[in-house]
Amino acid sequence: MTTTTAHEKFREEVTGRVYVWEIPVRLTHWVNVACIVILSFTGYYIGNPYIRVSPREIYGGYFMGLMRFIHFVTAYVFVASIAVRTYWAFIGGNRWASWRALVPFLTPEGRGKLKHALQYYLFLRRDPPTVLGHNALAGFTYAWIVFLYFVQIITGFALYAQSHPGGFWWTLTGWIFLFISNQYLRLIHHLVMWLLIAFALHHVYSAFLVDAEEANGLMSSIFSGWKFIVPEKEEEVEK
Amino acid sequence: MRPTKTDNLGTILSRKGVSRRDFLKFCAAMTAVLALPARYTDRVAAAVAEAKKPVLVWLEFQDCAGNTESLLRASSPSVAEIVLDILSLDYHETVMAAAGHQAEEALQMATAEPGTYLTVVEGSIPTKDGGIYCTVGGRTALDIAREVCGNALATITCGTCSAFGGIPAAAPNPTGAVGVQDAVPGITVINLPGCPMNVVNLTATVVHYLTFGELPATDQFNRPLFAYGSRIHDDCERRAHFDAGQFVEEWGDEGHRAGWCLYKMGCKGPATFHNCALVGWNDQTSWPIGAGHGCVGCSEPNFWDTMTPIYGRLPRVPGFGIEATADKIGLGIAAAVGGAFAVHGVASAIRAKAQPLPKTQAHVEED
Repeated sequence: MTTTTAHEKFREEVTGRVYVWEIPVRLTHWVNVACIVILSFTGYYIGNPYIRVSPREIYGGYFMGLMRFIHFVTAYVFVASIAVRTYWAFIGGNRWASWRALVPFLTPEGRGKLKHALQYYLFLRRDPPTVLGHNALAGFTYAWIVFLYFVQIITGFALYAQSHPGGFWWTLTGWIFLFISNQYLRLIHHLVMWLLIAFALHHVYSAFLVDAEEANGLMSSIFSGWKFIVPEKEEEVEK
Repeated sequence: MRPTKTDNLGTILSRKGVSRRDFLKFCAAMTAVLALPARYTDRVAAAVAEAKKPVLVWLEFQDCAGNTESLLRASSPSVAEIVLDILSLDYHETVMAAAGHQAEEALQMATAEPGTYLTVVEGSIPTKDGGIYCTVGGRTALDIAREVCGNALATITCGTCSAFGGIPAAAPNPTGAVGVQDAVPGITVINLPGCPMNVVNLTATVVHYLTFGELPATDQFNRPLFAYGSRIHDDCERRAHFDAGQFVEEWGDEGHRAGWCLYKMGCKGPATFHNCALVGWNDQTSWPIGAGHGCVGCSEPNFWDTMTPIYGRLPRVPGFGIEATADKIGLGIAAAVGGAFAVHGVASAIRAKAQPLPKTQAHVEED
């Protein structure tokens, strides 16, 4: 938990602004975005090298090597980002960054909010869920996304380790191949990429929708960290 | 002259007309295959020359005898062939002269003393229906393997069938075929998979045993590291074309004629641990990728199920029909999600017009 400064407290009271997304949350979000874009592009090329390199193109003499290098370096950056975010979810972060936001189904209240959000998305209910952090359905979705991240990291490093048998990553991941062949590991790594791309489409759309309907400044909050609440006082003023 | 039990290999080889020079060339080659420093050549030569004929028993179960073919293949009789021929004299179903009861007797004599002989197994062992799908002399393969491999000093499996079940174990595996290590758990096994195994690796394993008195270090599948310690892809002569992004796009195109990388033609070199690229086949004449065809991954467990389609990069997605690839399904999922949310967006816009939200909402829930 971070302490609220007097200045922040003043701003919250006067403007209805609340500092929800702290710097590590926003930073890892955007690092993840960049990593997923780079990893998907280079990864798709590695799986299906669709760019033809002319043998006369002297600067293209190491094209696949370059793609793989970028892929591996970005993978390390991605792991670092996930590590920071995991730390922030368990130890460093505020209540909106907590891991509890990903498992709303653990409490009866959370299950009620899940139902609310689901009904809203399915046009069964008009009022959108109004929360400051993730809505319950979004949090639950992110739990699956985090799971997919870990699948990608483990399968990715297991495949990466194959070129250095006996090395560090091999020691950590070599046992996996006793249970699944590396070709099927590749297939999983490939399919999860598509699932993450599908998620990204959904994520951006939902962000636009919730930004418009909840009117809480959601879209700008991932840049600034601040979200808006609509105080009850205002309701009275308007009447 | 028939070798006796007391002759050592050096004596037998010189009697067979193998010169000292040829013998040392063989020992140097074995030292290289075992990835030992060159100074070990003398030690290998001394050990092999001094070796007293260890008894070797060669069993064949559900197989095509392809590993025996690999063993016997030679443009001219090599030292390796003579070494192995001498070693495996006691029992080899395909090449021994004895038949019927005489053959059974030879097996019993060779395996009379537990812990004194090496067993080589070729072919998988069926386990379904009491193992009746493969019997030799009225006994099931499972029964023979339990007795012969169970009492052996060590068992060397030749080929993917005896190592992992191989082609008989491919789905749906009607005979319940398994490799030796699964059929007879707990025994000492060295797996030399491959379809067939490379005779160089069998010879080197035996030479390692003769030289050091122990079996070579292995990986998690009990394959010796000297032969299965790195991927074909990482030792491939076409690797530079992979790194450069130069790929064969179709059979016989310009890239294929120029010897470019076969990655896009489904080569499984990146998935396969074997030393084919280094030791070659048929007296180092050539090897599959050198001949212009991709690797099929024959030395990996369950290769017939996991490495297919042979000419495709990734396995097909189970349960989606045989032509569905990961990319088609993935693109489908992404398009479906995009489409679903486009529809949701239009519906939301209509709802916003038809049923506007009140200016201010209910208070924020405390969370």
